Amino acid sequence: MDEVRLIEVKEDILSDNKAQADGLRISLKAEKSFLMNLMSSPGAGKTTLLMKSIAKIKDDVKVGVMEADIDSKVDAEKLVAQGISAIQLRTGGFCHLDANMVTKGLEAMDVKGLDLIIIENVGNLVCPAEFDTGAVLNVMLLSVPEGDDKPLKYPLMFTVCDVLIVTKMDYLSLSDFDLNAVRERAKKLNPNIKIFEVSAKTGEGLDDWTDWLKNEVTTFGK
Amino acid sequence: MHELPVTEKILDIIVAHAERNNVQKVVTINLNIGELSDLEDEWIQNYFDYLAKGSVAEGAKLVIEKVPVVMNCNGCSNTFQVDIKEMKEMQCPDCDSKDYTLISGKDYYIKNMEVV
Ligand SMILES: Nc1nc2c(ncn2[C@@H]2O[C@H](COP(=O)(O)OP(=O)(O)O)[C@@H](O)[C@H]2O)c(=O)[nH]1
Ligand SMILES: [Mg+2]
Ligand SMILES: [Zn+2]
Repeated sequence: MDEVRLIEVKEDILSDNKAQADGLRISLKAEKSFLMNLMSSPGAGKTTLLMKSIAKIKDDVKVGVMEADIDSKVDAEKLVAQGISAIQLRTGGFCHLDANMVTKGLEAMDVKGLDLIIIENVGNLVCPAEFDTGAVLNVMLLSVPEGDDKPLKYPLMFTVCDVLIVTKMDYLSLSDFDLNAVRERAKKLNPNIKIFEVSAKTGEGLDDWTDWLKNEVTTFGK
Repeated sequence: MHELPVTEKILDIIVAHAERNNVQKVVTINLNIGELSDLEDEWIQNYFDYLAKGSVAEGAKLVIEKVPVVMNCNGCSNTFQVDIKEMKEMQCPDCDSKDYTLISGKDYYIKNMEVV
């Protein structure tokens, strides 16, 4: 019998993706295009928030959206109907986007001149957290009806996000959602996380979020 | 949930190293995977068995070592391990600070492989 030998491999499984994401960040920086990655559970309100937010900033910031919801064209169509430039990625049932898919998506998009490109990631709190998309800002949306225990169940998502937006705040009085508990749990996982509270339905809190975003995008483009 | 793409990546890396090292057969692959990742070990092995058919790594066993979540305290530079089930109660055991940075727990790493 042949002798068993040990070969050192020492490779990070996600390093190719990370390298590609870093490359994307460099080329987008040169183009002065700010790439934002929006993640949440299905139905948390990503598309709705995007439509409302873009309406507020579109006079100052040129925005494009890359839709990655699983095999549905509905979201991109909704955005296009509002005059927002959007493309639908076909993720073929994939549970997340990686830097390669985003690169291909950007090629299919007319990126030149866009100040802000937003990825609506696949609705899922697990997988998208593990794959760097090349975004400079990772935003997670948590809707009030989902409950305040999400940070405990999906800790990785909270550690990779720069911003947490608690949405559907109009449901707050109807639920036992504990906002302070969420703030505290999220800060424990990620002390630097920035938290906004909004309702895309009533418009509550939206300006705080869009003013902040607009400022980030403008600063980035300087 | 994305065991499949991760497994494909593992196989690619293993096959590349096997070619470079004149390997006839890969017997065992030793991996480090962080506790924060949600991969099911059993599924990775199942996908691997399927994908590796006909390759130098056919039949290889994946041995997964879970890497604990470790934080570095920004208050006193102490490092401490965290039980993922207790992440809501986290603070530095030395100075009680709640300001810390994650230093491990997101790992996806192939350490080595045993081959003939
Ligand atoms: N009450 C309320 N409903 C909302 C809010 N935001 C989104 N929704 C509703 O939630 C549902 C899912 O929203 P959608 O934007 O498609 O979620 P996505 O799957 O994350 O893109 C839709 O019926 C929206 O009208 C909100 O702030 N308040
Ligand atoms: Mg949507
Ligand atoms: Zn400390």
